[in-house]
Parts: sequence; structure tokens; C-alpha cells
Amino acid sequence: MSDELAIEASGLAKSYRGVRVLGGIDLRVPRGSVFALLGPNGAGKTTTVRILATLSRADGGRARVAGFDVVRDRRQVRRRISLTGQFAALDAAQTGEENLRMIARLAGLPRAAAGRRAAELLEQFELTQAGRRRVGTYSGGLRRRLDLAAGLAGHPSVIFLDEPTTGLDPQSRLTTWRAIAGLAADGVTVFLTTQYLEEADRLAGQIAVLNGGQVVAEGTAAELKRRVAARRLDLTCSTAGAYEQVSQLLAGRVVHLDPVALTVGVATDGRAAQVRALLDEADPGRDLVASFAVRDATLDDVFFALTAPGREAAHV
Amino acid sequence: MSDAVIMTGRSLRLSLRSPDALLTALLLPVMLMVVFVYLFGGAVAIGTSYKEYVVPGVLLLCAITGASTTAVTVCQDMSGGIIDRFRSLDVPGTVVLAGHVVASLLRNLVSTVLVAAIAVAIGFRPHSDPARLAAAVGLLLLFVAAISWLAAAFGLAVSSPEAASGAMFFLMFFSYASSAFVPVRTMPGWLRGFARHQPATPVTETLRNLLLGHPAGGQLIAALAWCGGILAASVLLSMVLFRRRTA
Repeated sequence: MSDELAIEASGLAKSYRGVRVLGGIDLRVPRGSVFALLGPNGAGKTTTVRILATLSRADGGRARVAGFDVVRDRRQVRRRISLTGQFAALDAAQTGEENLRMIARLAGLPRAAAGRRAAELLEQFELTQAGRRRVGTYSGGLRRRLDLAAGLAGHPSVIFLDEPTTGLDPQSRLTTWRAIAGLAADGVTVFLTTQYLEEADRLAGQIAVLNGGQVVAEGTAAELKRRVAARRLDLTCSTAGAYEQVSQLLAGRVVHLDPVALTVGVATDGRAAQVRALLDEADPGRDLVASFAVRDATLDDVFFALTAPGREAAHV
Repeated sequence: MSDAVIMTGRSLRLSLRSPDALLTALLLPVMLMVVFVYLFGGAVAIGTSYKEYVVPGVLLLCAITGASTTAVTVCQDMSGGIIDRFRSLDVPGTVVLAGHVVASLLRNLVSTVLVAAIAVAIGFRPHSDPARLAAAVGLLLLFVAAISWLAAAFGLAVSSPEAASGAMFFLMFFSYASSAFVPVRTMPGWLRGFARHQPATPVTETLRNLLLGHPAGGQLIAALAWCGGILAASVLLSMVLFRRRTA
């Protein structure tokens, strides 16, 4: 097994009460990188994180984190990782500083060192002022930042962040992103899950798209975008009926749907011949499409193409 | 071991900062003492001084109310994200619970002293010796440990802190249907069998004997067996429940 990989999983599978949540996934995360597991709600992201962080046991497959097996060498793994979940793992009735000190001590630091580590982290995350207040008085963004800081208390080499910015306002999201980018700069491996493409795009070098318990695509943000197409042709239809017809005619290739604006998007390389052919195909009678636009594909298009519960949506 | 010390410190800090827990630990015992001695006390004629009769009962009831808040704190831990953080830091579930139980013991030690002081202030005079008093405190703490751990298991079994606070009412019932406040012989026939053979009665009887300077009496073994049994069963049950909750 290679020492270059911080996380290596093969065939991870998990079912809850007979429902398959993970259908055998493989992951390889190089040491010191930021890896994003991207997917919609219910894709199996949290389950994956819990298995890798030793909190849950897979029904099938194996995983090694920081060089140790997550089942057999659970304690060794726990000494090297930290997990920051979707719900702030802090005591509301303790101050920020007390929370950090407690976690540092549980991570094995002696009392004095834990105090120093807490002060250090408060400074690093610009929480020195807030550190004296009880966490119960914190805003959502402040709490999340303290939660991230807490994850670093024991100098972990692999950090798991489960949806680190879900539910945050845009300003706090930016601050949290800066904090996460800072972690990566320190050389630790960051494994994060997210529903936001922009977040994966901004933070992660490598992205795996998870849907229905399967990894449906993997690569850098740029590679994923290239997989679908460089550009997108948006057809704006004249009526709701026309919108239905066009989306059915192009069913297999639709990457974007906007029933309000009556817009149907398909992948294109942008060449005039191809755009003309697509227009003819979508609108044989020349009365369905009112206008069109060619734009650069976004990661949203990739996401839609890979995970949409169907192009069947086009027929609804 | 050091984890247990850290967790106990945490639990103590949390109880000191929770208005609910503080009220339950300090104000409720005082109120219960006043209610039983002055409100009910006048109406209950049992042949001896009711004050002397009821003080051990109130101590027991206070122990139950104080210990049962453990259910709420345990349930809060389980429903937030903190338990995952503790687990990923390799802190065993039993150690997290033990922190709450030890904090509950310390809390109850304080409230027991408070209740005892009030009892003395309103005229309760234990005719006892230091050895018997120490034995009484020891028994009470064993009882608190058993009830706290039972409450912890309850907190693991229910899904919301609101439901967990129901543990108190359920457990308080045991002190009412025992010899803590009225002699069992005054109860209706169908209740007597239960009242005599449930844990609160032998514990109260033994406490009463020790505080009034009598020999511990024949119920001592039953009291110790009940407390030890509840404690052991609750520790095992909570381990099973914890594993199930976090699977």
C-alpha cells in the first residue's frame, strides 16, 4: 500500500435496514491534498465520511486512512484524524476557549500544552475575542469556525469536513472557505463533502461526484467540465407547450432545464454547423424556439448531467 | 483515566451553567422539604414525629430528582454533534457517561448537605454517631450512582431531551409508592406488595435507621443488593444502547 495516499478505499458498501446507501465505492486521496466528495442530499456523503472516520462500519469493502485500516487499527486512525460534522460538535454552555482546551486535552495534550494550543487556534481563526464568550451566544458562522479550529486541536494529519458551509450565509461561507484553504496550506489532507459545486471548484484539487451511493465521475473541476462539453446551447421556447416538445425531442442530451424561463440547454462545442443542426433537430417546424444563446458550461451542467434523477425530468 | 477526569470536569461545568440543573439540584430539595414537613406533615399522623420519619424520605426523593437530570444531559450529548467528536477522539462512550454520573454524585453530595442542613434548621435531630452518618451518606451516594446510571441509560434510549426529562417523574413515583413518606401499612392492599418489595423502601428504611441511630436493620442487604443490581444492570444496558445509537 502506498504511503503517498492519505485515504484509500475500495468497494465500500453500506446498507441501512435493507436500503443500500453505498454501493461499493473506490476513493484515492493523495497526502496533503484537498478532496471533495460532491453530491446531492442522500447520495451517501455522510455515510462515507462516517466510515472513513471510524464512526460507522462498512458492510463491505476496505479503507485505509493515514496508513491504517479503519476497522482493524481504529485507534491508530483516530489518533491521526479529526471530524467536523454537519452539527457543531461543541458545548454551548462552555466558552470557545474551554471547548478548545477540552478537545486538545482529549486529543492527548497535557494541561499546559492544551491551554497554549487553544490560544494559538483562537488566534489563527481570529476568535480571540469570541473565545471568552459561551458558544451558545455565537452566530452560525462563528460557531462553524470554532468547530473547524476544534478539529485541529490535536494536530491531525487527515481532516474530515462534512458539509462545512451548509446553512451559512454568504459572508460566513467565504470566511469558512478561507479557513479551509488555510488548513490545506499547512500540509494536512482535507476530505470534504459538499452539495455546492462552487465550493468543490474553489477548494478541492480533486473531486468525486457521488450519486445514489455510486461515484459517477471523478477528476479535477476542469476535467469534469470537459467531460460534458465546453459550452452549452440554451434554447428559449415560445410557449409552455413548445418547451415540453423541445425537451422531449432532445431528451437524451438535455443538461439544463428552466421551466420558468422556458429554457432547454444542451451540450455543444459551439461550431456553427453543430448549433444549426441542433436547432433543426429541436425545432423541425421552426415555430418552437423563440431565441437561443451559446454559453460556457458551468460545473452545474456537469452535476446535472451526471446526477439528475433523470433526464426523465424532461418528460414530466 | 485522564479522559474520565476531563469528562467529569466538563459535566460539572455544564451543570453549574445550566439553570435547570441548578434549580433542580438546589431549590427543589428545599421546596420538597418544606412541602412534606409543613404542608403534609400536619395531616399525617403515624404515631411518632413525622419530621423524623420523613427527612430520610425527602433525602431519597432529592437524590432521585438530582440524579434523574443525568438523562437530559446524556440525551443532549447524543442528539448533538459532540458525541461524534468524542468518539473520533477515541473517548469510549462509557467514559462520557461516567463523567455525567460522577458530576451527578458531586452535585447530589452538595444538595444532600443542603437538605440535611435545612432539616437540622427546622428541628430534625439525628440521634446518630459519625460512623452511622457516614454509612448513611455512603448508601445515599450508592443509590445516587445507581439512579444516575439508570437515568443515563434512559437518556440513551429516548430521542429528545424533552422525553428524557420524563425520567424524573417516572423515577419519583418509586419514592411515593414506598415507605419514604407514609408507612406501607397505610396503603391499599394491592399496593402494599409492590411498595414493600421495590428498591426505594429498603433504601429508605436503612437510611432512617442509620440517621436515627438504630442498627442498620434487616433491610440493609436488600438496599445494597438493589443499588448494586440497578447500577450493574444500567451500566451494561447503557453500553448496549450506546453501541446501538452510534452504529
